[in-house]
Amino acid sequence: MDWFSFKKQLKKFSRSAWTPFAAIPIALGIGAIILLVAGYNPVEAYTAMWQGAFKDRAAITEVLIKATPLIFIGAGLAVAFRCSIWNIGAEGQFYAGAVAATATGIYLGSLPSFILVPLVLLAGVASGALWGMLAAYMKNRFGANEVVTTIMLNYIAIFLTGWLVTGPMIETEGLFAQTAKISENARLWRFLPPTRLHLGFIIALVVAFALYILIFKTSLGYTIRAVGINPDAARYAGINVKRKTLLAMAISGGAAGLGGAVEVAAISYRLYQLISPGYGFDGIAVSLLVNNNPLGVIFSGILFGALRSGAEVMQMNAKVPSVLVYLIQGLVILSVVAFGVYSYVSKEKEE
Amino acid sequence: MDDCMPINKDPNTIIRMEDIYMSFPGGVQANRGVNLEVRQGEIHCLLGENGAGKTVLMSVLYGLYKPDSGCIFYKNEKLDIHSPKDAISHRIGMVHQHFMLVETLSVAENIILGQYKPWKILNNLDPVIKKINQMSKEYGLNVDPFSLVQDLSVGEQQRVEILKVLYHGADLLILDEPTAVLTPQESEHLLDFLRELANEGLTIIFITHKLEEVMQISDRVTILRDGKTIATVNTKETNPRELAKMMVGRDVLMNLDKKEKQPGNVIFSVKNLNVQDERGLPAVRNVSFEVHEREVVGIAGVSGNGQSEFALALAGLMDSEFDAMVLNDKLITKRELSHLNKLGMAHIPEDRQKMGLILPFSVSENFIAETFNNHPFSRFGFLQFKTIKTYSQTLVKKFSIRVGDVEEEIAHLSGGNQQKVVVARELDRRPKFLLVNQPTRGIDIGATEFVRQQIIAERDNGAGILLISTDLEEIFALSDRILVMYEGRIMGEVAPDADQIERVGLLMAGKTEETALITN
Amino acid sequence: MDLLPSMLFLQSILAATWRMATPILYAAVGEVFSEKAGVINIGLEGVMLIGAFSAYSVAFESGSLWLGLLAAILAGILSGLIFALFTITIKANQIVVGAAFNMIGMGITGFLYRTMYTESAGALSLKTFPTIEIPFLSSIPFFGEVLFKHNIMVYATLLVVPLATFVLYKTAFGLSIRAVGEHPKAADTVGVNVFSMRYVSVMIGTALAAVGGAFLVLAYADQFVEGIVSGRGFIALAVVVFGRWKPWGAFWSSLLFGVFYALQLRIQTMPNVTIPYQFLQALPYLATLVVLIGFNKRRVKTPKTLGVPYK
Repeated sequence: MDWFSFKKQLKKFSRSAWTPFAAIPIALGIGAIILLVAGYNPVEAYTAMWQGAFKDRAAITEVLIKATPLIFIGAGLAVAFRCSIWNIGAEGQFYAGAVAATATGIYLGSLPSFILVPLVLLAGVASGALWGMLAAYMKNRFGANEVVTTIMLNYIAIFLTGWLVTGPMIETEGLFAQTAKISENARLWRFLPPTRLHLGFIIALVVAFALYILIFKTSLGYTIRAVGINPDAARYAGINVKRKTLLAMAISGGAAGLGGAVEVAAISYRLYQLISPGYGFDGIAVSLLVNNNPLGVIFSGILFGALRSGAEVMQMNAKVPSVLVYLIQGLVILSVVAFGVYSYVSKEKEE
Repeated sequence: MDDCMPINKDPNTIIRMEDIYMSFPGGVQANRGVNLEVRQGEIHCLLGENGAGKTVLMSVLYGLYKPDSGCIFYKNEKLDIHSPKDAISHRIGMVHQHFMLVETLSVAENIILGQYKPWKILNNLDPVIKKINQMSKEYGLNVDPFSLVQDLSVGEQQRVEILKVLYHGADLLILDEPTAVLTPQESEHLLDFLRELANEGLTIIFITHKLEEVMQISDRVTILRDGKTIATVNTKETNPRELAKMMVGRDVLMNLDKKEKQPGNVIFSVKNLNVQDERGLPAVRNVSFEVHEREVVGIAGVSGNGQSEFALALAGLMDSEFDAMVLNDKLITKRELSHLNKLGMAHIPEDRQKMGLILPFSVSENFIAETFNNHPFSRFGFLQFKTIKTYSQTLVKKFSIRVGDVEEEIAHLSGGNQQKVVVARELDRRPKFLLVNQPTRGIDIGATEFVRQQIIAERDNGAGILLISTDLEEIFALSDRILVMYEGRIMGEVAPDADQIERVGLLMAGKTEETALITN
Repeated sequence: MDLLPSMLFLQSILAATWRMATPILYAAVGEVFSEKAGVINIGLEGVMLIGAFSAYSVAFESGSLWLGLLAAILAGILSGLIFALFTITIKANQIVVGAAFNMIGMGITGFLYRTMYTESAGALSLKTFPTIEIPFLSSIPFFGEVLFKHNIMVYATLLVVPLATFVLYKTAFGLSIRAVGEHPKAADTVGVNVFSMRYVSVMIGTALAAVGGAFLVLAYADQFVEGIVSGRGFIALAVVVFGRWKPWGAFWSSLLFGVFYALQLRIQTMPNVTIPYQFLQALPYLATLVVLIGFNKRRVKTPKTLGVPYK
């Protein structure tokens, strides 16, 4: 039957690494139509976006800076998604990491740099991991759906941060809702002055690579993938599914928390309520776009960093609201799934 | 299906299927030119092995699958069936092997499901209830329209299924292996009932792979093999031996070459095992037994009598309570239950696709599903892909698994070969105690034979084996002792002799007669 | 504490409860249909945003609240159609598509709002649905304030919930919905079209979610604000679980959440309370968590094929 062979072709196509390259033009195309309908000039808008992202060295480094938290979050989410844990809570985990890192960077500020910097990052990892494990625990112990719990934990983390930066941790001058700056010793090296490009970007690449190895080359990754595909069979093979769920959420939350710590230690140097403009949600698209491959996340993270960075310029120069990026991200996900990457779940074996 | 010309062959013919070809997207050819002709008012058996294409053929007739090519005639007129709705409107009804009942709905709701236009308001179901009661009485089916399906026993659910189909006005009734879930006595009743229906003028197509049933109930029988029609014969003019030959394609009936039993020491024993099912109801009650080295203990029983929970509990995959459990002279505590594998137990689970295998994984990845963490497959936490590949290739050869490349997705293998992967993986660990649940369900004869031989070979190698199967023939062929399970209890122990079948049947139905109980 | 002030406090909380529960309730009742049929839509939040914006822009341009409501319903149905296309026909993972819908909802409403309304300087507020005081009943002490002084969209929940119950449990359509979420193949074999049942259920779900979003601009706030739904779509998901997949269950559990919202708002306005307002804001979300972990999955009946595409 023709339809079947057509579908097969589509599936084959979707499995190839080219999916993102097809998904992005489609999403941008639909975005262009919406721009047109709304009375903008899409060519102008996209040109502004492109220039904003890649105009010169400074612009490109800004893209990489924007990409850094996305790579951290996306690589971590790839692990959770491979385990079929739908962690929508990277945003909250990012906040948790940022809070812990800021606290460490301020209150232990007198420690020497070679101790303090690792300590700040570690605090971010631990805090993000714990925030993530909370959702895993509720899933394991009470069967609470992690989609809902992680979203609720996002709100709670953001409100908690809001309270901290207006209350207990507010800067000494007390003018703005933000903390004091972290100690000089807690800051990450910016290695390409005058740009802000920092060591955190390199760490993000290392983390993405390490998680790739973890997922595809180690026995631990084997168990995580097995649990993700067929938890029953994994259980029969003696794999402790709940423990893997906890672990996957810890890794995912830890990576997001590290992202939060790096953001504080390398860019903002302090905490304020809106430290993340929604990185946690972008990270979902970043991971899904490359079929939850941590290595691919480097590519999609930079792409989305460029989208974000470019969107700000687009808003300034072409007066197109930058929230359009969310729409494009959503459309990217839909285009990816339209190619059937995620439909293997429905593959049914006929007796 | 365009050039289907009705040729008047026999005025009595109600259904004629000609040259049906049916394949699945995966490329599996289920029907390869099947012909079937069914006469009004007859009981027509469709005989064939698992995988011969019987169910698929009937699903085509019922509109669940669209054939690639072929013609269907109903009373000598070309019939276009695109959905079950079309089939129902032609008064064709089907009782599926896995019941098509919604457990959370009542019997009456199940029966009227799909019978009305969506906007029909169902506030007065009295006429429906009345009709159900009346039919239930008329046929002696004893069905309460108000009870929820999930509260009914398997036998009752089957009666609901039949009633549902009759309620829909079927005069052609297709039953897919209906006795598989019944005790021998219940099966008797069902066959009698079907005979009655046929006498009243209904036409019945009866799918089975059991020769005795064919001989007992049918007027005619069509034999399918490998998706093709082998022959249609009058039952009176044939015999089981001939049928078997046509069904299997060769002369031999399965006769396992089995040495006399020589049981050794007790390898596994449990005292007073109790398990609750997912709903918190007792599924296994006070079961005690032991298995010796070099012995196969068979657990017979109609499916759904606690066997699944029993197996899961023994494998440490489901919570259970027991007074004592001993494996290989080691007292097992609750905490160790999940590490039974390490103490010398292997487990072939009942559903290979859901429990035994991880389908999108490759063959080799499935081979290491339990040993991936051990040397030499893993070193410092890193998988050793070369070693795993070599090992997989050895197993593939040793168990003659038909697969091109061990890196292939296991989903692409046939059921028999998938099961061989599970068996190979479990047996290669040289278990002292082997727990086997439904090892040959849904696989072809070649693989069945192979798997059974492996089990016997394992016994002769010294392992103790606990075989759970709802297939009585399998139980009798493999076991050295038979325990019968009914509603989670062991009803009695029987020797695997042909003259004991009657007794096993009674025990399976929960009738204890004067049998000596071995439970408390 | 004196009896009178505490009664007044209680009255003010309860009077706000039903109103605060209403947007969640619409979305949750809709989601009951969707989930009963086996499709989980975590994109409710996005759909509610789309509903809120459609209602706002059409009501603002046309001057008619009812046209605004109609626009929301149509936008909801359209969203549902697309969601169903992806999850039912293409069989994409429902969680993934839902996540995408949330982004799209946030993106498109934010984009259009900023394009259409931030530049214009004039008054952008709507005249919301007026409070209807039921004669006589509204003057009953305490109860009058709590139950009989609301706007039409709040009262309408008393129509929607029984209607939803009736459709689900007393019509052939409802019977089919309940069947396709539990055992789609069984429904298929007796001639129920599983795909169309699921499509329709999803669209009922998104249409009602959009109505919930519309409520926020037509009958609660008088303006669209970016992200106005602020998690109510997700809370609705929890409400469905807590309400055991039943319309009346959703009604009572939405009210429970309504209490938390009302409490949070009321305490924030109290002069002598020192609890940081962020803690109060977090209250409904915290309550959702408590409810979810308090409800052991084993005891509730999740539709068996929830999240699983058919064939």
